[in-house]
Amino acid sequence: MVRKLTLRQHDALIGLFLILPSLIIILGISLQPILSTLYFSLFEASRGINTPQTFIGLGNYVTLLTDAVFWAAIGRTLYFTLVSVGLELVLGLAIAQLIHTQPPGWRFLRTSLIIPWAVPTIVNGTMWRWIYNADYGALNGLLLQLGLINKYIPWLTKPELAMNLVILADIWHSVPFIALILQAALATLPADLEEAAAVDGANALQRFLLIRLPLLRPAILVALVIRTVEAFRVFDIIYVITNGGPAFSTVTISYLTYLETFSFGHIGRGSALSFLISLFTLVMAFVYIRILYRPEEKL
Amino acid sequence: MKNLKTPFALTIVLALLAGALGCQPAQQAGPATIRVLTMEQAGPTVEEMNAIVEEFNKANPNIKVEIEYVSYDALHDKITTAMASTPPAYDVFLVDDIWYAEFAKAGYILDVTDRITKDMRDKIFTASWDITTVGGKVYGMPWLLDEKYFYYNEELLSQAGFSAPPKTWEELVDQAKVIKEKGIVEYPIVWSWGQYEAAICDWVTLLYGNGGRLVDDSGKPVFNDETGVKTLTWMLQTIDEGITNPASVSYVEEDVRNVFSQGKAVFATNWVYMYDLVNFNAEQSQVTGKIKMSLMPAFANSGVQSATINGSMGFSVAATSPNKDAAWKYIEFLTSEDVQNRYSAHLLPIWQTSYQGESLNKLMGYTPANATTVPMFNEQFPFAHVRPKVAYYPEASKALQLALQLALTKQKTPQQALDEAAAKWVELAK
Repeated sequence: MVRKLTLRQHDALIGLFLILPSLIIILGISLQPILSTLYFSLFEASRGINTPQTFIGLGNYVTLLTDAVFWAAIGRTLYFTLVSVGLELVLGLAIAQLIHTQPPGWRFLRTSLIIPWAVPTIVNGTMWRWIYNADYGALNGLLLQLGLINKYIPWLTKPELAMNLVILADIWHSVPFIALILQAALATLPADLEEAAAVDGANALQRFLLIRLPLLRPAILVALVIRTVEAFRVFDIIYVITNGGPAFSTVTISYLTYLETFSFGHIGRGSALSFLISLFTLVMAFVYIRILYRPEEKL
Repeated sequence: MKNLKTPFALTIVLALLAGALGCQPAQQAGPATIRVLTMEQAGPTVEEMNAIVEEFNKANPNIKVEIEYVSYDALHDKITTAMASTPPAYDVFLVDDIWYAEFAKAGYILDVTDRITKDMRDKIFTASWDITTVGGKVYGMPWLLDEKYFYYNEELLSQAGFSAPPKTWEELVDQAKVIKEKGIVEYPIVWSWGQYEAAICDWVTLLYGNGGRLVDDSGKPVFNDETGVKTLTWMLQTIDEGITNPASVSYVEEDVRNVFSQGKAVFATNWVYMYDLVNFNAEQSQVTGKIKMSLMPAFANSGVQSATINGSMGFSVAATSPNKDAAWKYIEFLTSEDVQNRYSAHLLPIWQTSYQGESLNKLMGYTPANATTVPMFNEQFPFAHVRPKVAYYPEASKALQLALQLALTKQKTPQQALDEAAAKWVELAK
């Protein structure tokens, strides 16, 4: 008995040692910056060494919340988030269902799904910038060969189109993520419920809507929360494909934060923006959990 | 098993700790490391910059230079981020003309007034000292003395029946219409009018070529006057008439080079680096040997013979660098007359003496491109205009970029868009 206890204590000590680095990392990398961002957001501070800082309380927040540029960016961010995550969920679910039926070559399909997801966002953005290029891009080449257009279209110069093009690039990148999560969840669902329903005369749509979808809800929740938070903070793909253009039509809230902080050097206002993004994200996650997460279900 | 696991776990912990400690710069007795940040775009190639570093490292065993490259559009923000830490992530960085006021005010760049020798003062172009001087103090060494040039594809132009390039923008439109009618290319001219600093550069070229100005003598924005509106309207018109490649509204200089290199445009404006790549580099260009440069056109009846943008840059030492002397030594080497002459294919020297007497002949012979670019520089540089040296330039520029984009995508009239940008400039100056 005694020997076992020391072993357990020994294990606990090693366990502590092993989580120490992650504890340090979590406290140092996430908590400390969040607190200093909050602190900075209360100052009128411009960039520089030994530059003066003036405490202005919530002044930065007031400036932002009364600024049309801020709300326009919020609007674009919500549009990006809703459209891209919505389409990604529908497509991801469809692909997951397809793989679940195990058609010929489904293993290959499942493996090749990883590729778009594995491509770093910056590389993905660069790739799509080339695809959309007006003079030598693949999109114009494809549409021209199919006879859908009769001359090359300068896609990225159209303010009404640019955001949708960024969304398309994001969907290509992120659908696999949702498809893989949902496919894994589908594989764990008990088959007998659906079989019983089929015996009782439920058709395929009813079985899908009334049995499969409710059972998938926890997996959908996980995918949605992760993707929505990611989409709401979208930055790199926009930076690479459009640089916020044309005419600011792809300036999202993160892009605006980047401009204010790094390009214009308004450290205080940039910090306030970062903090607002965190708050928005928190609210969204909360709403999702209330809607989709029921106490009797476990994630 | 236990005996195996414990050392294993401890090794991981130690490795993590060692990794964390490794981030601290080691204060060893070895050579001082100088980290340099520069750009890979519109200037010397990476191979050339690496070769210069190698030469320097060989000649200076006590100093080890490490060099990093980013695109021009990432450079400003990378510098400001790097300066947030102590010691800064870079000891030396490339600074654009338009950032000197901002960086000097922020205290990022070292005042090197006392390090400038009389020899440097006398032999380097007076105009290039303006690049790195803020409020009478020198904050860096001028390095890249550049401006936008007018390029044309001689073969395609002669196919259209023209023996000489246009001298005015009106003449360019006339030639372009013939080129288009004959089906030689779909869009005769390509520009960099994307939502980047590049758009401001082309706008300044056209605005000053029409007798306009960005700001008046008191620093007040005047680009929204009649001339400014007329110039922007002209830009819009060339898109509508199919003379300007409509994709220009999303393009930067590298896109211009790609389109021009494929023979898809007869005219283009770009920095000096494009000439060598488009005319002599068969790997990257399908139009080698066919490209000529001529004086940048201006608008007829504007009283202006030619106008272009001065896009010069300098190298500066980070004010908080622990190795200021070594950093300065590298900058001195990089900008020395000898190094600049030898590496002049995509960048011309800042040294007046390189363009005089015997040196001029030598400079023109260093690379095949120099025979054209060196005389062209002498001809064009008197017409180069600088952008305002103000600490809030990045924000002012973004407002003007937005105005140009709003007008070029027809969401606002040129007058509306420019008025809004001018109002923003006034507000920023307060």
